[in-house]
Amino acid sequence: MILRLAFGSLLARVLTVGMTILAIALSVALFLGVEKIRTGAKASFADTISGTDLIVGARSGSVQLLLYSVFRIGNATNNMTWVSYQDIADRPEVDWIVPISLGDSHRQFRVMGTTPAFFERYKYRSGQSLAVRDGAIMSDLFDTVIGADVAATLGYDIGDPIVVAHGLASFSQHKDQPFRISGILEKTGTPVDRTVIVSLEAIEAVHVDWQSGAQVPGKSTPADVIRQMELEPQAVTAALVGVKSRLQVFGLQRSINEYAQEPLLAILPGVALQELWQIVGIAETALIAVSAMVVVTALIGMMATIFSSLNERRREMAIFRAMGARPRVVLCLLVLEAVVTAAIGAIFGLVLLYVGLFVGQPLIDSAFGLWLPIEAPTMREIWVLFGVVAAGAIVSMVPALRAYRMSVADGMIVRI
Amino acid sequence: MADTAPILDLDDVRYRWLGRTSFGLHVPNLTLAPAETVLLLGESGSGKSTLLSLICGTIIAQSGCVSVAGHNIAALSAGKRDRFRAEQIGLIFQQFNLLPFASVRDNILLPLQFAPNRRKRVTHLNAEAKRLCHDLGLPDNVMTAQAGALSVGQQQRVAAARALIGTPPLIIADEPTSSLDAATQTTFLELLFSQSRAHGTTLLMVSHDERLSSQFDRVIHMSDISYAERADT
Repeated sequence: MILRLAFGSLLARVLTVGMTILAIALSVALFLGVEKIRTGAKASFADTISGTDLIVGARSGSVQLLLYSVFRIGNATNNMTWVSYQDIADRPEVDWIVPISLGDSHRQFRVMGTTPAFFERYKYRSGQSLAVRDGAIMSDLFDTVIGADVAATLGYDIGDPIVVAHGLASFSQHKDQPFRISGILEKTGTPVDRTVIVSLEAIEAVHVDWQSGAQVPGKSTPADVIRQMELEPQAVTAALVGVKSRLQVFGLQRSINEYAQEPLLAILPGVALQELWQIVGIAETALIAVSAMVVVTALIGMMATIFSSLNERRREMAIFRAMGARPRVVLCLLVLEAVVTAAIGAIFGLVLLYVGLFVGQPLIDSAFGLWLPIEAPTMREIWVLFGVVAAGAIVSMVPALRAYRMSVADGMIVRI
Repeated sequence: MADTAPILDLDDVRYRWLGRTSFGLHVPNLTLAPAETVLLLGESGSGKSTLLSLICGTIIAQSGCVSVAGHNIAALSAGKRDRFRAEQIGLIFQQFNLLPFASVRDNILLPLQFAPNRRKRVTHLNAEAKRLCHDLGLPDNVMTAQAGALSVGQQQRVAAARALIGTPPLIIADEPTSSLDAATQTTFLELLFSQSRAHGTTLLMVSHDERLSSQFDRVIHMSDISYAERADT
């Protein structure tokens, strides 16, 4: 019955209590949402590349090499020569090698030249392979395969022609050699979704009439002539390497890093991802801290609400005291009220999170390429909810202790 | 013998509010017999509220002895005193007696939550609460109504039912009629008297209204039993 009275008292103040619950719910939803985005981002980050033992490129920093070769962020400071590439490919430890040639773009998307082996060797999300959703991979020199986001954003379909621009955000286009879309890939949640893939030879082909970054005036070799040409690249941007035995990874990395003919860099993708995440991690920690502060603010708001309700509830507490309730009962009632409020807020927050996920999932995916899975709450999230309720009980002790002292002093006679 | 032992006995009680040195109360002697109805008259500021707090045990006399039903309440611990109050005393205040958000039924049964012995005397909680409501002239469907929705007169009757339930030996009413109009006042007092007489309960009512005097067994003036001690005199 005491419980029923406590609920009755809460219901009687439904508006203020409701506001408190709403504040707690929003803060909890924000905190859990940030947590979801953080773990989602981290997972999709780590899932970007797998099955590749080494990434090789011109010597720069490991994070930079990872950024431009895998995430297509930033640019290579230099290329590696085709000779060095061949040299590495011929080494006995090397099981497979896939070249990557970057530098051109189509609209806001990067163009990547590679070999058909890329589709077979590139793995993401613990060993998943790329799959073609529509059409097929390149068969002609001027065929291209585009990522799911490219197709969705630009509304492309199989057979559509596209023109590649020289460089990034450039106005000089390779108009003479338009490509035809031969295939569209399944969505992967990786940078591949935002990449236009052509063959390595095609990268050479569009540059046939070009010298020093500009088209030679008046020169335009017909496509059929280009098809007959020997299109061996001079250089590639980077290469993905698989070794025959995992034990040889470090030996190969070392020898590539010490390659005398050209300054090269070989990195372990996993290690470089870790380094990169350490950099991003600071922002992530700040984000968590801010959303934790929001939760704390909401709880302090609840404390303030309980404080301000004390005066109007003095009568209620005096009645309890007059009926024989100990001051301890008054204290427990207030703490209980806080726990109930915080618990309802926490549960409501969880509901808000899932509603938000259902609504926001496709939006976040299309805007940021971040796929947030909708799953049952994790142990960690349940602990967060418990933590909020416990913290609610603790902060409510402050007004509850004041009420305790007040009800000892007031006894059963209240003069207001 | 048990019948003649006083239900309330104050002996040479002195109390002085902490921090309020200007006011103190001295009661040389006050005794109430079982089933007696006593009107305590006194002007405001004469120490009535302090006296009631002393009897209820929410404050403790610095010297002297306050006995309720033969127990010196100063000898009890604070927690035991709270329970003792719930067991022995039914209380009716001037106004705002009830938890407005709770049902009439819950309001009536509330003291039994803290008084297990008093509760044992009530075999059927709902039936007893209903009977009291009926006897106090409240409508039959009042039990589930929200206390805050009732008229002031009805609320005071519910408060009376709450004080009467489980038949505590002593009922203390602190100006219960002052917020009621004359007609309601008379009805309320008649009901209160008939109920307390029916249960053999001692009734101590505090008021400043001398017109009520004729209805009580005994009338005590605050000034006859106590001395308000003022530092400035």
